[in-house]
Amino acid sequence: MSFQDSIWLTTLVGITGVALVFLYVISQSGRQEEPSAVQARAYALRRWVFGGLIALGVVVTGASLRPFPIAPQHTLQPAPQVIRVVGHQWDWQVDSGPIQAGIPVAFEVTSADVNHGFGIYDADGHLLGQSQAMPGVTNRLVHTFTQPGKYRILCLEYCGLAHHGMILEFDVVAGAEEQS
Amino acid sequence: MSALHPGNEILPPRERGALTLYLVTTLALLLVLMVFGLLMRMAQGTWLHVPPTLFYQLMTAHGAGMVGTVALGGSAVMWYFLRKYVSLSLPIFLTNYILFMLGAVLLLAATFLGHYAGGWTFLYPLPVKSMGIWSVGAAALFMTGYLLIGVGFLLFYLDAMRAVIRVYGNLGRALGVQWLFGGIIDKTHPPTVVASAMVIIVNSLGILGGAVVLVMSLLNAYAPEIVLSALFVKNLIYFFGHVFINISIYMAVIAVYELLPRYTGRPWGVSRPFLWGWAASTVMVLIVYPHHLLMDFAMPRWAAVLGQIISYTSGLPVFTVTAYGALTNIYRSGVRWRLPAMLLILSMFGWAAGIIPAIIDATISVNRVMHNTLWVPGHFHFYLLLGVLPMLLAFMYHLIGGEADRPDRGGDRSAFALYVLGGLAFVLMFLAGGHASVPRRWAVHESGWQFYDQVASVAAAVVIVAMLWFTVRLCRGLLHGPAASAPSPGR
Ligand code: HEM
Ligand SMILES: [Cu+2]
Repeated sequence: MSFQDSIWLTTLVGITGVALVFLYVISQSGRQEEPSAVQARAYALRRWVFGGLIALGVVVTGASLRPFPIAPQHTLQPAPQVIRVVGHQWDWQVDSGPIQAGIPVAFEVTSADVNHGFGIYDADGHLLGQSQAMPGVTNRLVHTFTQPGKYRILCLEYCGLAHHGMILEFDVVAGAEEQS
Repeated sequence: MSALHPGNEILPPRERGALTLYLVTTLALLLVLMVFGLLMRMAQGTWLHVPPTLFYQLMTAHGAGMVGTVALGGSAVMWYFLRKYVSLSLPIFLTNYILFMLGAVLLLAATFLGHYAGGWTFLYPLPVKSMGIWSVGAAALFMTGYLLIGVGFLLFYLDAMRAVIRVYGNLGRALGVQWLFGGIIDKTHPPTVVASAMVIIVNSLGILGGAVVLVMSLLNAYAPEIVLSALFVKNLIYFFGHVFINISIYMAVIAVYELLPRYTGRPWGVSRPFLWGWAASTVMVLIVYPHHLLMDFAMPRWAAVLGQIISYTSGLPVFTVTAYGALTNIYRSGVRWRLPAMLLILSMFGWAAGIIPAIIDATISVNRVMHNTLWVPGHFHFYLLLGVLPMLLAFMYHLIGGEADRPDRGGDRSAFALYVLGGLAFVLMFLAGGHASVPRRWAVHESGWQFYDQVASVAAAVVIVAMLWFTVRLCRGLLHGPAASAPSPGR
């Protein structure tokens, strides 16, 4: 299951859960009960709902922010591979040279004109990671390709007429150890 | 039915005329803009040939138009209910309408005559760097249209602010902050006043932020020597954009607080959790916008963390105050399921369910693979199409009074069913597209993505058929004078 699959599944489960709660309450709406009795029970239950959501939020926050998902932007330790990426209306200018799998590569992403979005797609069309390409700013995206093969860059920030044409294919080669 | 249509909501003829203008305009714009949406979806699915220039013009008009239109409809809801408690100015209400229409004309002219297609977010520097597709003049026209609309809304909020302060002393007391930490809550303090106070505070600031960035962008357009920082401008634009679209929900939700209790027969008063929910939302809506800049790694780390955490917490009031309150209000109430009640509960579902994919996407690690995919229009169409629009439609169906005590017309219920099913299918196709990593705002889709586009086109057509029914019914009802102003004879 890809990361996207688990996001999708979580969302569907959440939406279905909310839908079931609504359907249950609607199914109960025809009967009549004292408002004060309903309110008392609902308020008691709400404490649990509230507490449960807070607890869930704390756990997810902790788990999702450590390690911090964005690479340090200012670091004295250079990445093993550095690739400079410049977005133009409407093509990508990317340092040539092999990118090796299994070794972190730091993409230094910027733009020569308007905002673009640097999105890395694998051969199956999954988005692996992204960063904005903004004029006057360099964003540092560190990614480790696990597989050699063909990859693509798609533009993920609307940049005008040929935004959907900003696609560039590139190769990732096997890392040194894998070759030997 | 005086319980459904209390006497203090009967409008004098001129006020009625103004409200009708707002609502009929809202309906007509929604319908046209939905058709623009359908055209885009069909183009992506290769069922219709739309050149990319036109696609991006439609996209710009649809985005700007929809955001403006739900704000227009939401302000009508707020005006209608708030005027029961404070005295609002009719000339200002009309001025807002006129400025809105003028602004809308400029937006449409800029888009379809000037070929401006820089998106509703006018993200600097795209408006002034189109590679010759549109002129700087067209971009300036578009931004001037925004300014006019913003000035109109600002006048509306300032008038509401003046009126609220006259009755309640200050905005804090209207919001109920004096009861947050203790004291005996005045149970007759209207939820409408609480919500309106929040809206006034937050959107005045939002619009001011918008005005600043629009003026900066206009200056830069004609004096490029005045160089702007793209990152700073993006912060301001998303601060303004996030606040403005969110406030539309907070204006329209007043209809839920006011109307749902009338159909369930159970009062819905203020409580401490309710006041806390609104006070917290006041702050959170203002500071949550960095979740739009999670992929701008140059932003300080604390901003990204703030964006994630505040996104999580802003869901709490929605779930535990408003949606939960609505469910409690309905549970075993013997509610009469007339169309307004049905639309109101749909709106609560759309809002509560729609923020789930939104909150998940605000998680930085998720945003890395979902940002600017169709996931994003997926979640916001969820709570706009199935949340805010049903609030507005419920309000209007209530106003025309036809569904109150007469059996619903079969057509209304069928249209409702079509709207729900079509709407759900439509938003789920966006989310499915996001799951499949389809980029948003692409005029041309790769063949593997077109299945979603085609299903979504059918679903959108179904929504539009339902909306057409609603529009015809509601416009006729509104123009013929609703039960709210003229009690029907024989009762
Ligand atoms: C039948 C109803 C609707 C249809 C068919 C529709 C269709 C679309 C489509 C195809 C897009 C562009 C998606 C992309 O990025 O590829 C879009 C974007 C958008 N829609 Fe809708 N939509 C509908 C209703 C609404 C409603 C009710 C609202 C707001 C109240 C809304 C607000 C927006 C906004 C703000 C955007 C973003 C525009 C942009 O990315 O610049 N839409 N819609
Ligand atoms: Cu682009």
